[in-house]
Amino acid sequence: MGSRNFLWSSAKKFFTLGIIGITVSDRYFSIVPVRGLSMTPTFNPQIDSSQGSSLTDDRVLVEKFCLEKYKFSCGDVVVFCSPSNHEEKHIKRITALPGDWISTPHSYDAIVIPEGHCWVEGDNPVSSLDSRSFGPIPLGLVRGRVTHVVWPPQRIGRVDTRIRREILPF
Amino acid sequence: MSRFVEFMKQCKPFIKEGFSQSALVAKFLCLLHLTNNYLCSPVLVYGPSMLPTLNLTGDVLLVEHLSTKMGKVGPGDVVVVRSPENPRKSVTKRIVAMEGETVTFLVEPGLSDRSHTVLVPKGHVWIQGDNIHSSRDSRQFGPIPYGLIVGKAFCRVWPPDGFGRLAQE
Repeated sequence: MGSRNFLWSSAKKFFTLGIIGITVSDRYFSIVPVRGLSMTPTFNPQIDSSQGSSLTDDRVLVEKFCLEKYKFSCGDVVVFCSPSNHEEKHIKRITALPGDWISTPHSYDAIVIPEGHCWVEGDNPVSSLDSRSFGPIPLGLVRGRVTHVVWPPQRIGRVDTRIRREILPF
Repeated sequence: MSRFVEFMKQCKPFIKEGFSQSALVAKFLCLLHLTNNYLCSPVLVYGPSMLPTLNLTGDVLLVEHLSTKMGKVGPGDVVVVRSPENPRKSVTKRIVAMEGETVTFLVEPGLSDRSHTVLVPKGHVWIQGDNIHSSRDSRQFGPIPYGLIVGKAFCRVWPPDGFGRLAQE
């Protein structure tokens, strides 16, 4: 009888912790791993992604307070749903907001970002699937803003919000 | 000093009570968030864009989020979508076509018979209001990513005489 009581109370505790955890991660903060090399100087700086080990991946802190107003600034690193597959999440940097002009790759014309959209780019232009291939994305797809790196311990710190201007190879 | 300790001793049960009460409220709010975001939630919709199906003045619909999360919404479903033009706003429309399908639509309904045919790209859906004369939808801003769909409206709860399931078209 005693063990059953214990089971019941621990199940209750587990459930409570679960709902509180999900609520906090939905509304306030969550920690997600970063995979791949598309943000390489900022996240995952070491070049050994070929084995795909998850232990060496960076973990980042994502805050969700920005989702109440959808106010972003240029240079923010955001998590967003991929426009071509809603189950995938990507981490990229916002480089242009509604009303800004941006030059499209592979052509010489510039386009203006439509209302409610943004232009996202990875920091590593060589291996990044971003707005250069699928165009501007609606701000409604954004799921949070990355503020800190929390793992590995030697790189704990804020994520800087400046845009890296790389010289494009010709 | 001893008086203060005495006072604290007297207050202890009240503090304990307060803590347990606020923990209960917090748990309740968390449960509310969970049901609202993962099961179903009420939304108020108004406007002319869904006119034969939904009223102009305001209907309350129940929106369920499970089938959106599992990818089970299909053509004909009434969905609540975060507007691609203003992420703070939600709009209610009907899905007309899913990814990989083609849609043909009139460019200026009522004025001319000019029509366009569009292929919906991967991961996108084509949404349209039931009232094609006064609706701002995919005909203006193009196909929208699936990730913008908030939920599927399945039941109307207000006004009372319109209570019931929403029919698929």
